[in-house]
Amino acid sequence: MTETGPKRPGGEEIEPGPLPSDVEPVPPEAEEAAPSVAARLAYLQRAGGIATPIATTILAFLIGGLVVLVTGHNPLQVYKAIFNGAGLNWFFPWVHGSARQTAAFNLQETGLLLIPLILTGLAVAFAFRCGLFNIGGQGQYIVGIVTGTQVAVWFGSLPGSVHIFLAISAATLAGAFWAGIAGILRATVGAHEVISTIMLNWIAIWVGSYLIGFGGPFQDKSQVGVPVSRPITPDTHLPVFWGSPLLQGLDIGFFIAIGMLVVYSLVLRRTTLGFEVRAVGYNPDAARNAGIGVSRNYFLAMAISGAFAGLAGALDILGWQFRLDVTTVQTTQIAFTGIAVALLGRNTAVGTFFSALLFAALINGTSSRNLDPTVFPPALAGNLTRIIQGLVVLFVGADILVLYIWNLRRKIRRRQTAPSTPVLSE
Amino acid sequence: MADATPVLELRGITKRFPGVLANDAVDLDLKRGEIHALLGENGAGKSTLMNILYGLYRADSGEILLNGRHISFSSAKDAIEAGIGMVHQHFMLIPVMTVAENVVLGTEPVRGGVFLDERGAEARVRELSQRFGLAVDPESRVEKITVGQQQRVEILKALYRRADILILDEPTAVLTPQEATDLFGILRALTQEGMSVIFISHKLNEVLEIADRITVLRRGKVVETVPSAGATQDSLARAMVGRDVLLRVEKPPTSPGKALLAVEDLHAVDDRGLETLHGVSFEVRAGEIVGIAGIDGNGQTELVEALVGLRRPTSGRVMVEGEEVTGHGPRHMIDAGVGHIPEDRHKLGLVLDFSLAENLSLHDYRKPPESRFGWLRPRRILARARKLIGEFDIRGGVAQTRAAALSGGNQQKVVIAREIAASPRALVAAQPTRGLDVGAIEYVHRRLVEERDASKAVLLVSLELDEIRSLSDRILAIYEGEIVGQYPPTASEEELGLAMTGGRRAAEVSA
Repeated sequence: MTETGPKRPGGEEIEPGPLPSDVEPVPPEAEEAAPSVAARLAYLQRAGGIATPIATTILAFLIGGLVVLVTGHNPLQVYKAIFNGAGLNWFFPWVHGSARQTAAFNLQETGLLLIPLILTGLAVAFAFRCGLFNIGGQGQYIVGIVTGTQVAVWFGSLPGSVHIFLAISAATLAGAFWAGIAGILRATVGAHEVISTIMLNWIAIWVGSYLIGFGGPFQDKSQVGVPVSRPITPDTHLPVFWGSPLLQGLDIGFFIAIGMLVVYSLVLRRTTLGFEVRAVGYNPDAARNAGIGVSRNYFLAMAISGAFAGLAGALDILGWQFRLDVTTVQTTQIAFTGIAVALLGRNTAVGTFFSALLFAALINGTSSRNLDPTVFPPALAGNLTRIIQGLVVLFVGADILVLYIWNLRRKIRRRQTAPSTPVLSE
Repeated sequence: MADATPVLELRGITKRFPGVLANDAVDLDLKRGEIHALLGENGAGKSTLMNILYGLYRADSGEILLNGRHISFSSAKDAIEAGIGMVHQHFMLIPVMTVAENVVLGTEPVRGGVFLDERGAEARVRELSQRFGLAVDPESRVEKITVGQQQRVEILKALYRRADILILDEPTAVLTPQEATDLFGILRALTQEGMSVIFISHKLNEVLEIADRITVLRRGKVVETVPSAGATQDSLARAMVGRDVLLRVEKPPTSPGKALLAVEDLHAVDDRGLETLHGVSFEVRAGEIVGIAGIDGNGQTELVEALVGLRRPTSGRVMVEGEEVTGHGPRHMIDAGVGHIPEDRHKLGLVLDFSLAENLSLHDYRKPPESRFGWLRPRRILARARKLIGEFDIRGGVAQTRAAALSGGNQQKVVIAREIAASPRALVAAQPTRGLDVGAIEYVHRRLVEERDASKAVLLVSLELDEIRSLSDRILAIYEGEIVGQYPPTASEEELGLAMTGGRRAAEVSA
């Protein structure tokens, strides 16, 4: 009977890995148990291969393709249209003329979406590394965007660069403060951050709605019938480095987001703070025994996560929105997509970049403005994006299921080939 | 005692887990009326083999013969029906039910079709326990009886199901010396009645005491099967480990200096808020190993946690070199010079997903030269880790290897390296050899004695009396959260065992 190692869903073989030498099952002291499905999953995830997220994505696209097929369209054409709608064809050197201009325009929009997705993705990822699940990116983003807007509306006499710095800092701190509340609650009374951040989301939504809504203190008094903020001071608009400022070109917020990916990675890998955060995330008991303040790190990790989300709000308002309306406050989904970004990106900087790019391209590529309506109705396409997003989250969470099915398949195959010899029944 | 026909034969059993050959063509035969010990280090494949026999795993190849007939079990139920009973290390009993109810569970005698025949069950259990000398009251609830009695209930369960082969997995691990002696008496009585016993253990002395024959496993292979008459601890240890092992701890005489670690009238509560330490006082002086002997759950955990800063005592004082540190957190205790080898290295000792280098700098990452102004200096951290890996003979990985990839013994070496490298004044070692194999135990013991000889104060908390007696310069017996007596290392097992079970609460509690 030939033995092969477990396989990743992608089919890539895994070396019979560095399992501890004591693999005796039902062990005396709960040493490493026999390779259970969970242990293998943990091993796979640690092996950190990019194969799993890629396989997950491909699977999600395949199922999405089936849905397209059912609606009577050609999946390949639809995906190509989404690809072009996202402007990714700009990277092909053979695209010329007006097609290239359109591609550039589309890609700039994808870039604008990429900025907050990277940052809200980091907001989830950083907390994850400390063993916390930050569901509150939405609230932190809203607090950030409201604060950033109002600081950019006020202080019109400040020089532009100082004003921009002030608005961005205020929004970032506001996000940190908002998430820090959940962090303190977790650190002191043990309130679970999932519950408290969800509650804080609602508080942020309704406080924000009040502030810029009808009769609110920050509402634009020149148009009482519209629930929007005053427009921000023009010299706080972030400089656009690619495309036209009038047509929503890509602003320098892009570089800030990329810079934050570097910061994220450096903080985690190269600072004592990151060392503590990771130690607490992996094993809070051992961290505490080693003299690391677990509560302190819960607070700090939440605050830093919130800072990323607050920054996302500032860059959106200073980059292209320029004034905040209540609809944005109440309906923004950006931070929830950020959860999917972090999950798919496996909480790494590089992974977060690519998964943010994937979701930015999907969302932008299926928007009614960018998708070729003769190929696929954009109204349906938006749903396709959500289907793919949902499937990705489901599969990332359901690796264990995939592995289980894989094992089952192996088992059945064995039964068939060698019915008389005993089979692996584990 | 044993006749020639084997009741059970395992032939060429092979079992492979991904990356590991757990059993490699293992042959084993069990004669009627025999106690056959299965001896081996952790990870040698003992439990895998028994799980195959008990129908929990299937072998990749090989065959099992019961009374000369081929059998193939697909579940534990099949094994039970074929007359094989197993007593696991962790008992499978329901605490709120009575002894009789636990014994008959699953095959309850019924009256009138639906009603449990409690009287009948109790009578049957009483009859069995009298016949085999398994003293236990069938009407007591399992949660009220001692661990030793609970083990008898497990044996009764097997007997009730008409087992004639009994497998015991590390049965003495949870027992006091007296209870172990009682168990051996019971096992001998069972073999008189024609039962056969497979006795899994990694303790050399008890295997020699109880077994008729001994099969030694190493890395999934049978090294030898020998009659216990003629075998010695040294010969068995050599077979188990594959090299000569120093079983006795070599310990030069010592003259203890001043007290480095002291507790005075220490009270502490457990996680449920119940007081488990009732005024403990003692001191550990420079250059001595003080052993705390006790049965699990008598306040040792709370004592250790209070000493290393993980638990705030409710009253009393903790002193390090005369300086009061009561109620300080772990970081303070580390800085005050208290090293800690925790009871559970996976939970408290290591961050398994961290590299060896990161684990080795788990205390020092925040100080120069490992870091400066909040920035880690990976090169220094790696260099230091490489030095410690060499110095402490940590095998199975390099500085960047994840700690989880190491064997238990090498993981423990990482913990010891980190704690000793911090050159503490006092070292608190809680069950430092738990789950380790003979070779690693030898290593840990040697390191502890070295620390003592370097004029450190070492507090050893262990459930293994052998370990306490061979390492300690003084022994304190703990019972129900109180120190009930002080003994020299020459104290007999019986004497200590009695104190540990509250048999003799010494009036003079000296420290």
